[in-house]
Amino acid sequence: MKTLVWVEHEGGAVKDATLSAITAASKLGEVHLLVAGEGVGGVADAAAKIAGVGKVHVADGAAYANALPENVAPLVVELMGHHDAFVAPATANGKNIAPRVAALLDVMQISEILSVESEDSFTRPTYAGNAIATVQSSDAKKVITVRATAFEKAAREGGSGSIEAVSGGGDAGLSSFVGAEISKSERPELTSAKVIVSGGRALQNGENFHAIIEPLADKLGAAVGASRAAVDAGYVPNDYQVGQTGKIVAPEVYVAIGISGAIQHLAGMKDSKTIIAINKDEEAPIFQVADYGLVGDLFKVVPELTSKL
Amino acid sequence: MKVLVPVKRVIDYNVKPRVKMDGTGVDLANVKMSMNPFDEIAVEEAIRLKEKGVATEIIAVSIGEQKAQETLRTALAMGADRAILIVSETEVEPLGVAKLLAKIVEEEAPGLVILGKQAIDDDSNQTGQMLAALTGRPQGTFASKVEVEGDMVKVTREVDGGLETVSLKTPAIVTTDLRLNEPRYASLPNIMKAKSKPLAQKTPADYGVDVTPRLKTLKVAEPPKRSAGIKVADVDELVAKLKALGVAA
Repeated sequence: MKTLVWVEHEGGAVKDATLSAITAASKLGEVHLLVAGEGVGGVADAAAKIAGVGKVHVADGAAYANALPENVAPLVVELMGHHDAFVAPATANGKNIAPRVAALLDVMQISEILSVESEDSFTRPTYAGNAIATVQSSDAKKVITVRATAFEKAAREGGSGSIEAVSGGGDAGLSSFVGAEISKSERPELTSAKVIVSGGRALQNGENFHAIIEPLADKLGAAVGASRAAVDAGYVPNDYQVGQTGKIVAPEVYVAIGISGAIQHLAGMKDSKTIIAINKDEEAPIFQVADYGLVGDLFKVVPELTSKL
Repeated sequence: MKVLVPVKRVIDYNVKPRVKMDGTGVDLANVKMSMNPFDEIAVEEAIRLKEKGVATEIIAVSIGEQKAQETLRTALAMGADRAILIVSETEVEPLGVAKLLAKIVEEEAPGLVILGKQAIDDDSNQTGQMLAALTGRPQGTFASKVEVEGDMVKVTREVDGGLETVSLKTPAIVTTDLRLNEPRYASLPNIMKAKSKPLAQKTPADYGVDVTPRLKTLKVAEPPKRSAGIKVADVDELVAKLKALGVAA
């Protein structure tokens, strides 16, 4: 099987989630990549070096600059004339583009796979991760999105793919990019961090969140996450949110502070290797999944913990 | 403009789903069902557009068993004007749903279709994007703000690093994210009034759409259980654990 992997990139570099998608794709057969964007020569060179990559298709043009699905999907469909599967990381961009491709090809997409069981069967989470379904696709071509935390990242070096320019249809004229408001953070990225410190509603306000969660995160070299309650209350921006409707993470260590552990939150973090919970409510559901739990007032316990590290 | 709002009847989001012992699926017998939370947000947004004078008529549509009528009545009670139920006793996949919706879009010619970004049962996150593809319309997915300006709609989207804004030519397809709005509750008088609003019943065959599933579920299993953890007595013990894990010096 020949698979085409959509490469998500930012600031001239291939994003980590794509490396996991490449690992998943390699289980299906020969891996080709699609790098689309404006001025992406450097990204294409970097992509060609990823271990196990064959051909790298490069579509360079203003129409592809912001991953608008109206422009990218027809380009993918054209390349699918000689590929058997399209694989994208299950990121905001991947989820935006892949189903548009699937419908144009008249196939059902298989969303957020956790494993490749065979050429046509895959496992995927449903019901907020409370049930794992094994599904078999009867479509001739497969369109798949990959949950990055379920697959190892392919090595960035060691490959020697060939680069080939493709043009595609250009601007479909249906949509345009207006602007972006990206949250600034010097900490590790949430989805690829080894350690995450997350805060919930119990922090009471944004000042407490910064004063209590962030120093601990800095001590541990961790990324900062949040529950939906903390985001909705405006303590932190929404891209901090971990859960079914936010980001899915699986770090080595996840520290949940003042988070009760609603099923929507657990869906986003219960595959973490070690979970540590700090909560004053002994009955909080988070303690049912935590490897180490500390019952106590976070306003007292967390600063003490930070000072002792 | 007309606004079309597809809604799905799903297991209530507060219920913890139970996987059936025989591994064929999730047990939905005698389980509380509700409107998918993202769809409530979609209905709310459509109503707000009507209140602003942008939308002229709101059509709610659902595809599923007869009981999906209840979900449509909820949408009508919130403020939708009429409803269409496409009855299918077997589950219809996102591709099939998108094809049926594409037929309704053809018939009704709505200026906007507002869907939830994903259903909390199959967690697919596909239908809106597929409908946009099938109708050749632009898509504004994961919307946290929607502004209609003339024949354009400006959609602020929740993306991985923050927010981005796109401008789409109408007619367009929008899918809702959680922060778009806070859905209203239907008042008792409105629930009563909703009972007399029109609700048309159709079948997939009426639209000539083949909804045979493309994916076969071989097995449904519980996720691996986490082994029970321990409670530490104090901060010092927790510090020791963090050191043992190698995340603290």
